[in-house]
Amino acid sequence: MSTVAIDLAGVSKTYEGKVVVDGLSFRVAAGECFGLLGPNGAGKSTIARMVLGMTSPDAGEITVLGVPVPARARLARARIGVVPQFDNLDLEFTVRENLLVFGRYFGMSTREVEAIIPSLLEFARLESKAHARVSELSGGMKRRLTLARALINDPQLLVMDEPTTGLDPHARHLIWERLRSLLARGKTIILTTHFMEEAERLCDRLCVLEKGRKIAEGHPHALIEEQIGCQVIEIYGGNPHELHSLISPYAQRIEVSGETLFCYAPDPEQVRLQLRGHAGLRLLQRPPNLEDVFLRLTGREMEK
Amino acid sequence: MRELCAAALPANAWNWIAVWRRNYLAWKKVALASILGNLADPMIYLFGLGFGLGVVVGRIDGTSYVAFLAGGMVATSAMTAATFETIYAAFARMHAQRTWEAILYTQLTLGDIVLGELAWAATKAFLAGTGITVVATLLGYAAWPSVLYALPVIALTGLAFASLAMVITALAPSYDYFVFYQTLVLTPMLFLCGAVFPVAQLPNVFQQAAHFLPLAHAIDLIRPALLSRPAGNMGLHIGALCIYAVLPFFLSAALFRRRLMP
Ligand SMILES: Nc1ncnc2c1ncn2[C@@H]1O[C@H](COP(=O)(O)OP(=O)(O)OP(=O)(O)O)[C@@H](O)[C@H]1O
Ligand SMILES: [Mg+2]
Repeated sequence: MSTVAIDLAGVSKTYEGKVVVDGLSFRVAAGECFGLLGPNGAGKSTIARMVLGMTSPDAGEITVLGVPVPARARLARARIGVVPQFDNLDLEFTVRENLLVFGRYFGMSTREVEAIIPSLLEFARLESKAHARVSELSGGMKRRLTLARALINDPQLLVMDEPTTGLDPHARHLIWERLRSLLARGKTIILTTHFMEEAERLCDRLCVLEKGRKIAEGHPHALIEEQIGCQVIEIYGGNPHELHSLISPYAQRIEVSGETLFCYAPDPEQVRLQLRGHAGLRLLQRPPNLEDVFLRLTGREMEK
Repeated sequence: MRELCAAALPANAWNWIAVWRRNYLAWKKVALASILGNLADPMIYLFGLGFGLGVVVGRIDGTSYVAFLAGGMVATSAMTAATFETIYAAFARMHAQRTWEAILYTQLTLGDIVLGELAWAATKAFLAGTGITVVATLLGYAAWPSVLYALPVIALTGLAFASLAMVITALAPSYDYFVFYQTLVLTPMLFLCGAVFPVAQLPNVFQQAAHFLPLAHAIDLIRPALLSRPAGNMGLHIGALCIYAVLPFFLSAALFRRRLMP
């Protein structure tokens, strides 16, 4: 078996004259968690759909699990599990029925599906909800059921489009923990997200997207180190331009985004010293993160 | 081009069954209401018109008006049940509920899904048409055992109308457009195809037009079966219904391919 799970080479997609994915190439190794990180409209879902063969690229080649896509996408999909951006569970069915019906789409017999339902429910921590209607579940439970559903065909590869968007922190952490256990079992995951934290915690490698183009690729911490590599001070509540000239001798780089001034400083104490005596300023010093990488590469913040 | 066809055509001869079973499971939960709903309307027409108008009309084509109407109502109920299942329920599964999207993530193709939906709509049409047939037979307005010949025709009629409606479902941006199909296509067909009065009553042009309408072919097969009379041109009628079942299927699958996999 090949060690490359997904191979995109020079893939482009245009919708109604608008370039949505622009000459994108990346490879996902088997067993890896690969993230597609980008703001709304960056093309994340379009890429996920192309990997599944649900949308054909206008140019470029896609190979998934050794199979050319979309030409033989059906073959690939038999070994893929999907968590879509928007839940599409059957609301009128119970949790158990959802799994049963979905297993049959993969050609499994009722008995075969019933044999694995308990382990799927246990994985999704939904043991007590087997006979609850989906419409009665919370958002986090629905998402976990979608995850369990995606595992019904024991896939090698999981394609997850914003698996935790809209969930509260507790529900989100539970999903993350479940995804890590899948990675430990050797599954390959490609996930899209616009949460920096999610990408940082889960992904072995990620591809930062803006307007369908790759603007950076690598291990999250390596990207942060390489692009930022020093402490960050966020400064609120002053005139950004005045402050800019005041602290610029001590900063490696300064970005202004809205009311906030981001100061990248190898020696944060020096900056703090400069700002002492300026009333009404609020300072927040923190380690650098992917948000800073995005800001640096695009000149704007991702969330908002 | 090849991949375009691969996505739009059924992948094999049995994948559609999983879609049918999904719909069956959903239907079982509301079976009673669904059956009553599908039967009530044509029954009201059958007996309301049959007895009410029957007094005025008297005998028609050598039989009572109710017995004449029975064949028309059986065919019409199959038409209506198949159409409504497709333009409302299947449209909801395709559009708002995203059920089809979920199915497309598995190893099923759009062709498998459309085929499963058509088979399901034909099943519901069969239930509705058969229900009225049974009532008409029990009350003595349909002849036993020739009435049995009507049953496969009811299923085929359902398949043909489901297939036609599937094209409308593939094209309609929202529910609002289905009203046009109902009022401009289905309702006129009721009067053009001999469901409530013989086609011979119509002006000649309309009689000619009726030859091309699927409901007319369905009625020409079902009414003789219910009245225990020989049906003429059976091959033609069955062939026409088959064409109406098959061609729109391929057309709708291609349209869905364009709509759902842009
Ligand atoms: N079927 C379509 N027809 C026309 N335009 C489309 C279609 N699908 C997506 N787009 C456009 O392509 C762009 C990228 O969409 P996509 O859904 O891939 O973004 P995304 O990164 O997933 O965004 P989000 O975070 O909002 O989910 C958007 O501008 C969107 O409007
Ligand atoms: Mg998206």
